[in-house]
Amino acid sequence: MNAKNLISITDFSKEEYLRIMDLAADFEANPDQRLLDGKVVATLFFEPSTRTRLSFETAINRLGGEIIGFTDSSSSSVTKGETLHDTIKMVSNYADLIVMRHPLEGSARYASEVSDVPVINAGDGANQHPTQTLLDLYSIVKTQDRLDDINLFMVGDLKYGRTVHSLLMAMSHFNNPIFNFIAPPELAMPNEYKLYLQSKGMRYFEHTEFTDIISEADIIYMTRVQKERFPDPVDYEKVKNVYILRNKMLKHTKDNMRILHPLPRVNEIHTDVDSNPKAYYFDQARNGVYTRMAIIAHLLNLK
Amino acid sequence: MKKQLNVSAIKQGTVIDHIPSTALFKVISILKLDHCKDMVTFGNNLDSNVMDGKAIIKVENRFFKDKEINKIALVAPHAKLNTIKDYEVVGKYVVEIPDEIQDIARCFNPKCITNHENIDTYFEVISKSPVALKCRYCEKITHQDQMEIK
Repeated sequence: MNAKNLISITDFSKEEYLRIMDLAADFEANPDQRLLDGKVVATLFFEPSTRTRLSFETAINRLGGEIIGFTDSSSSSVTKGETLHDTIKMVSNYADLIVMRHPLEGSARYASEVSDVPVINAGDGANQHPTQTLLDLYSIVKTQDRLDDINLFMVGDLKYGRTVHSLLMAMSHFNNPIFNFIAPPELAMPNEYKLYLQSKGMRYFEHTEFTDIISEADIIYMTRVQKERFPDPVDYEKVKNVYILRNKMLKHTKDNMRILHPLPRVNEIHTDVDSNPKAYYFDQARNGVYTRMAIIAHLLNLK
Repeated sequence: MKKQLNVSAIKQGTVIDHIPSTALFKVISILKLDHCKDMVTFGNNLDSNVMDGKAIIKVENRFFKDKEINKIALVAPHAKLNTIKDYEVVGKYVVEIPDEIQDIARCFNPKCITNHENIDTYFEVISKSPVALKCRYCEKITHQDQMEIK
């Protein structure tokens, strides 16, 4: 029960973030390291998430590990009424590591308490998705060559978006970040995160308009504004086209600025941005593989 | 007016006073007094100068550790304990909300794993007045007005 896990972004210290960044860079430079040779990794996806699963499975394959698991709960014994406790107990007898995605919040923490082998949370409902945050950090350090003094603009759904909350927590470990939040009032950054930044003496600014203020940005982190988040559809109609990034808006942005997005995008980044060298979201997805290789190697003490 | 004991005195044991009337049976359940072999007497809806109807529980031959009794603080935050020996009060204690709470309250989040599997809840108490509990599992905060006892 003393296995090392990655359940929440707060489980890792700043030193561990930096170690993951170094390991990810090492795997990117030398992707063929068969460190998982002879090991079995279980990928338990109680709800489908093709992007995250493929990224993990690519990372495991590149490390030479074998994969067991399921891609949604309809193909597992959950349909027979098995509890999460029993599924995890059983699988931890077979595998050296468990990667788990589950629709219920807190399921990953619970699984880590039940399991005898390390557990990586690949998303537990609206709660945590720490490997996404680490790949976001890796994308920032790779494009900016630093994690200190970053002017980070977060745009879109800042109320419900778990990726922006976790990234905010992670970035607050580094020196002198500036946060700019751009969102409609209905989807503004929750108070608890603003109070957290205040308690650490960190600067943040809130905006409702998506204008040329982005010229100061080092990173623009875009998220989807989802229709189902609005109690009144009229409110959604009012803002749905306000938070769209278009190529012409990038004219006065800094040369080093890069655009990140956890994907999938719908319409919040216009396709005319894709060919701009500042568009980084597809590279960001590739960074996910190296970051996940790094996390696995770190948790299993393979390097 | 002649002072009269509404619940008979005990020779030795513990008297838990100033329990809100609405919380009496929750306190009995939390302290597992419904499975207790010793004599337990209780009174409910008693007059009180400080609260709107109170309950009192007397447990013969039973002495509670602080950690054990503090479990009731969520439902009876002003409860007072008197320890009795030979019909005399030999000790007094006011309950205190502990820093961690195990398996007393429910997490308010309907999507939390603790509301779907048969497992104990664990909370970190991040505020004692008003009470705010952070779930170890889903990391959401249950506030006093959302709190429900298991």
